[in-house]
Amino acid sequence: MTHRALRRYALRLASLVTALGLWQLLTGLDVDIWLRFSQFPTVTDVAHAFASRLTGSDYWTDLTDSLTRILSGFLLAAVLGVAAGVLVARSPLAEDLLGPVLEVVRPIPAIALVPVAILLFPSNEQGIVFITFTAAFFPVLVSTRHAVRALTPVWEEGVRTMGGGRWRILGSVVLPGALPGIFGGLSVGIGVSWICVISAEMISGQYGVGYRTWQDYTVVDYPGVFVGMVTIGVLGWVTSTAVELLGRRLTRWLPRTSYVPGGRPRTAVLPAPVPAPVPVVVKAQGESQDQSDAQQQGSGETDQEARDEHLV
Amino acid sequence: MSTSSETSVPATAPPPAAVAAPGAGLRFRGAVLGRPDAPVLHDVALDVRPGEILTVVGPSGCGKSTLLRTLAGLLAPLAGSVEQDGRPLTGPSADRALVFQEDALLPWRTLRGNVELPLAIQGVSRSARREQAGSWLARVGLGAQAKQLPHRVSGGQRQRAQLARALAGAPRAVLMDEPFGALDAQTRSGMQDLLVEVLRGTGATVVFVTHDVDEALFLGDRVALLAAGRVASVREVPRPRDRGALDDPARVALRRAVLSSLGT
Repeated sequence: MTHRALRRYALRLASLVTALGLWQLLTGLDVDIWLRFSQFPTVTDVAHAFASRLTGSDYWTDLTDSLTRILSGFLLAAVLGVAAGVLVARSPLAEDLLGPVLEVVRPIPAIALVPVAILLFPSNEQGIVFITFTAAFFPVLVSTRHAVRALTPVWEEGVRTMGGGRWRILGSVVLPGALPGIFGGLSVGIGVSWICVISAEMISGQYGVGYRTWQDYTVVDYPGVFVGMVTIGVLGWVTSTAVELLGRRLTRWLPRTSYVPGGRPRTAVLPAPVPAPVPVVVKAQGESQDQSDAQQQGSGETDQEARDEHLV
Repeated sequence: MSTSSETSVPATAPPPAAVAAPGAGLRFRGAVLGRPDAPVLHDVALDVRPGEILTVVGPSGCGKSTLLRTLAGLLAPLAGSVEQDGRPLTGPSADRALVFQEDALLPWRTLRGNVELPLAIQGVSRSARREQAGSWLARVGLGAQAKQLPHRVSGGQRQRAQLARALAGAPRAVLMDEPFGALDAQTRSGMQDLLVEVLRGTGATVVFVTHDVDEALFLGDRVALLAAGRVASVREVPRPRDRGALDDPARVALRRAVLSSLGT
């Protein structure tokens, strides 16, 4: 790891520690200036609650329940969303048949479908997965549809003049070409999925991080509520980072712009002109040129690195 | 009975792709070409002889690309007929490869991956297509860039890779739509030489569209002139092909005639 990268990690850690410190200070001193921090649990309260939760079995059951729900719903949405998006974008018939229904259902917030889920599904579990699915389905569908429509026509025409058929075009042109856009939708989708799985659990779940958080609130266990919120935050961050990294890995062919904000190449420091015989001066200039080139390249690499580690 | 039919199968089977297939003969008869709402070429009667290089010149928007896309099977004629070896075209086919002016390489595949594509479509095995794609890339001078992604190489190298991709599928006709139009003059003349050299021995018929009269006269065995929505004329080009023979009287006269009939 380079020196610059280390410094950036240190800064991020410092920012997190400062935020926690401020929280501890405001709650520990029971500050009540319009905002009433005296009601708040302190950082140490939350940490103690967290530690005791981690040793109990309920916490892990909640965690795996929530993860199972979101992964089932999200994967289902990814597969069906991409399929429906491709179909609607490529087939006028599918667009006419599916389009109107999808457009009317789309504006309904997934969480407003809780009554529908309760009526439709025999168990709460399936209802929650359904809500999670609906939340992620539409972002994936819409971005897939746009990405497929925006494909460069000559890619497909090229494959057709090589004798490629419908399935070849789908597999070799449409899906890989739309992948950057699809991953845009998946990133949005996983975020919305978390919001909906937690909300659905709060309304109708048994077990699950959302259920536990609401439960703690009703029994006035405020540190417990914060444990739940921190858990949701960390899980959300981990899953969306996983989607983002997978997306980058699969779309590594995308040409990257050389411009990176905050990663400006530094101007090379030229050595001071040395009073010396002519041939030596020429050589010194040549060297300084090489050096500046090397520095440019070096800073380019750290930019790349800085961009990649941005999320991690 | 059954044994005789079994032995007769290999005899009637088409020759393997490695054997150079003779070039296709292409023919327009009274054809109207364009999109249904916007026909651009009328009353097209044109024969492309098997194995020849026919260059097509004309001003922008005169229907050069339309003519080529019809030959590729991407557009159907609005009237009249378009035939390959006496049979009407029924759509795109691996028989007729198209080389585009713009970047038609798939950006997520390496140059070799792109050249392998027509072979994969024809069902060539993985190892065989890897080898064939590699040798085609070497023939267009891209042996060292085989593993590069298209955006990592220059525009001229991308067009060479497109040429390799078109020829890798062993087509009987290669249709080229201003393939060197976006290249600088020097790269372009290098590409013209390369094209002539690479085509030698494939036997494929070539229809080459360009707006550059000198390119048309250098490459073509014959030059077709498009003007005012029609094929104005088709002229033989004197041979041998020689970039230096610009002051050859027959050539000068032809060049003047072509330029004047294009109205420039």
